[in-house]
Amino acid sequence: MLGKLTIDALPFYSGIAMTGALISVLGLLGAVALITWLGQWRYLWTEWLRSLDHKKIGVMYVTLALIMLVRGFVDALMMRTQQAVALDSHGYLPPDHFDQIFTSHATIMIFFVAMPFLVGLFNVIVPQQIGARDMAFPFMNSVSLWLTAAGAALVMVSLVIGKFSTAGWNAYPPYSEAQLSPGVGVDYWIWAILVSSVGSILTGLNFLVTIIKRRAPGMRLMMMPQFTWAALCTSVLIVFAFPALTVAAALLGLDRYLGMHFFTNGDGGNLTNYIELFWIWGHPEVYILILPAFGVYSEVVATFSGRRLFGYESLVYSTAAIAVLSLGVCLHHFFTLGAGSDVNAFFGRMAPLIAVPTGVTIFDWLLTMYRGRVRLSVPMLFTLGFIVTFVIGGMTGVLLTLAPAGRPMHDTTFLVAHFHNMMIPGALFGYLAGYQYWFPKAFGFRLDDKWGRRAFWAWIIGFYLAFVPLYILGFMGMPQRLERYDVAGWQPYLIVAELGAVFILCGVVFLAVQLAVSIRGRAGLVVSTGDPWNGRTLEWATASPPAVYNFAVVPHVHGIDAWWDMKQAGTAGRAPARFRDIIMSDDSSAGVALGAMAFVFAFAMVWQIWWLAAIGGIGVSGAVLSRAFRDRDEHRIPASQVEATEHRHLTAAVPTSGTPT
Amino acid sequence: MAPQRRTNVTPKPYLIGVVLALVLTVIPFGVVASRALPPKQIFVVIGAAAIVQIVVHLRFFLHLELKPSSPNQRIALCFAVVLLMLAGGTLWIMFNLHDRTM
Repeated sequence: MLGKLTIDALPFYSGIAMTGALISVLGLLGAVALITWLGQWRYLWTEWLRSLDHKKIGVMYVTLALIMLVRGFVDALMMRTQQAVALDSHGYLPPDHFDQIFTSHATIMIFFVAMPFLVGLFNVIVPQQIGARDMAFPFMNSVSLWLTAAGAALVMVSLVIGKFSTAGWNAYPPYSEAQLSPGVGVDYWIWAILVSSVGSILTGLNFLVTIIKRRAPGMRLMMMPQFTWAALCTSVLIVFAFPALTVAAALLGLDRYLGMHFFTNGDGGNLTNYIELFWIWGHPEVYILILPAFGVYSEVVATFSGRRLFGYESLVYSTAAIAVLSLGVCLHHFFTLGAGSDVNAFFGRMAPLIAVPTGVTIFDWLLTMYRGRVRLSVPMLFTLGFIVTFVIGGMTGVLLTLAPAGRPMHDTTFLVAHFHNMMIPGALFGYLAGYQYWFPKAFGFRLDDKWGRRAFWAWIIGFYLAFVPLYILGFMGMPQRLERYDVAGWQPYLIVAELGAVFILCGVVFLAVQLAVSIRGRAGLVVSTGDPWNGRTLEWATASPPAVYNFAVVPHVHGIDAWWDMKQAGTAGRAPARFRDIIMSDDSSAGVALGAMAFVFAFAMVWQIWWLAAIGGIGVSGAVLSRAFRDRDEHRIPASQVEATEHRHLTAAVPTSGTPT
Repeated sequence: MAPQRRTNVTPKPYLIGVVLALVLTVIPFGVVASRALPPKQIFVVIGAAAIVQIVVHLRFFLHLELKPSSPNQRIALCFAVVLLMLAGGTLWIMFNLHDRTM
């Protein structure tokens, strides 16, 4: 009746796992109780959950990312603590639990923090930057969100019911096959990946089509803001790379569920096939995460230097070159797998080529700042921290691409330090800069400056303290993912790394405090003009927060930095001669239903509860059909209502014509 | 309230597409199940059927017109190059690994 699900699935095996499960359950119950107490369920449902407004979907994506960031960070803190104390002892975590933690940490940080964070920023900003009223496929956007949320929920449930995978975030066979990992852990991983990667592919398609087809009249490709360019290149990468991961996870699932032999050791299976498929996705994924951050840095640097971006075209070509090159270097993730020297040499040469366009972008940002009036706002701080720290990560990356150096370094903490150097100051700082920079766009008030600065310093000091020791330990030969060790010389470094994790903890707490302080003091932080930073690109032309249709009249674009041009020409913020009706998509509950049913389906498949899986599968199809058979899915906003909304905004806003605030 | 986006949709191309797709699926299944050909030729048949199947999907379900010099054409061509790069690189790596380990 309940498949493999028994009372033993509850985490009685470890007090710490039990505590984690209890905290998660209490957190969920607390949130439910709070919403009930505030009586906000109806508001939440009608205004947010079933909304097809790309801005609200974006905000929900970022919210999901921030919540999961806390979970992923707690995992990191637990690992650091374990390694700081586990010299010649078992520390406080049983090995099996430690293995689950490093698997869930990476899975969460990549799929349920970084991905939703960048997609959330895309959602809020990209349509506004290209002068569009909505995405090309608003409903598909909602489906993507709820599939991603379903995947995240699946990982969270594994904390309470059953165990998560111990096979690492890349789930290499043969260890991840049914023979060696008979529990449900790897199945949780597979289904979380399958469900969320479908969401990611749909997102990629959606932004690709939106950017190609929905740009404002006059905006040629070479006039698009850099963040939109980054979104375009990222979308292309998502469309090409993610299916490989989906297929790899699905084939692994077939091996596990139906006894097939795609990646097994015997019966004609070949595990190298999995590794190749995984990294066909895995390497582009690095750039899927980094390029959006690059886009944010470009916007932030131009805005806070008060200058037009230096080398716009070279930045575009660099972004595109990085995207294309990233599809051709997957092998540098498995130099040690046994390919011949010609293959290793080719990919060893290809990989550092990416450093060339990356270097170009760094110089473009530096030269934009050069002789500009740099305002050291919080987004700018994150950007500067990125530029300095990222160069270190780039250098260690180039070092790792040399196959002879990559071989002794592989699987050591040097590698761990390198990719965290890419992911924290590279990607996450960009997302945080974007979050600080565009928060007033989404909500109409700024985030508190003081706490933002504190968060920045905690993050960057914490980063150096946590990961420089890991670089050193890597040179000393410490393997990654060690649950215990017996080399006394490693411990001091691991204690420093633990201290770094504590600093980052402060960074996370400060971000939360910043949000709370800003919401409470929002009256003093309100942005009446809609353009708090004296921005340059088109997203600042809309109200803050924007009306549901973004632009009452779709603007004509004549060059790069369209909003800056409008401010210079004095046409910014003028009421149009006449308003027209605007047609927008109806909201829909089908996206939420589809995500919920996908969760039910995936959960049932993990535990092999076939009747429940059937219900989930039918539910997913039902949600799709219910939407497909609707004849009317749009509504008309009458011109008079548009005029009233715009009038309220225009009387509040007196745009500054190009003078720095 | 949104009739302005209605285009003429007839089921005919979809039906043709479904029939073709079914035929192109049955052929490889049949060849494998009956083992009518030596293994190497079976692979060739599967591969050929798959490629034709892709074209059928593009033409009948996604209505991708194959007119020269349309911008969609150019984008599709760029993407084809990327796919060839991915597939070519993979084949190279996998055959190399195969030769060295099997």
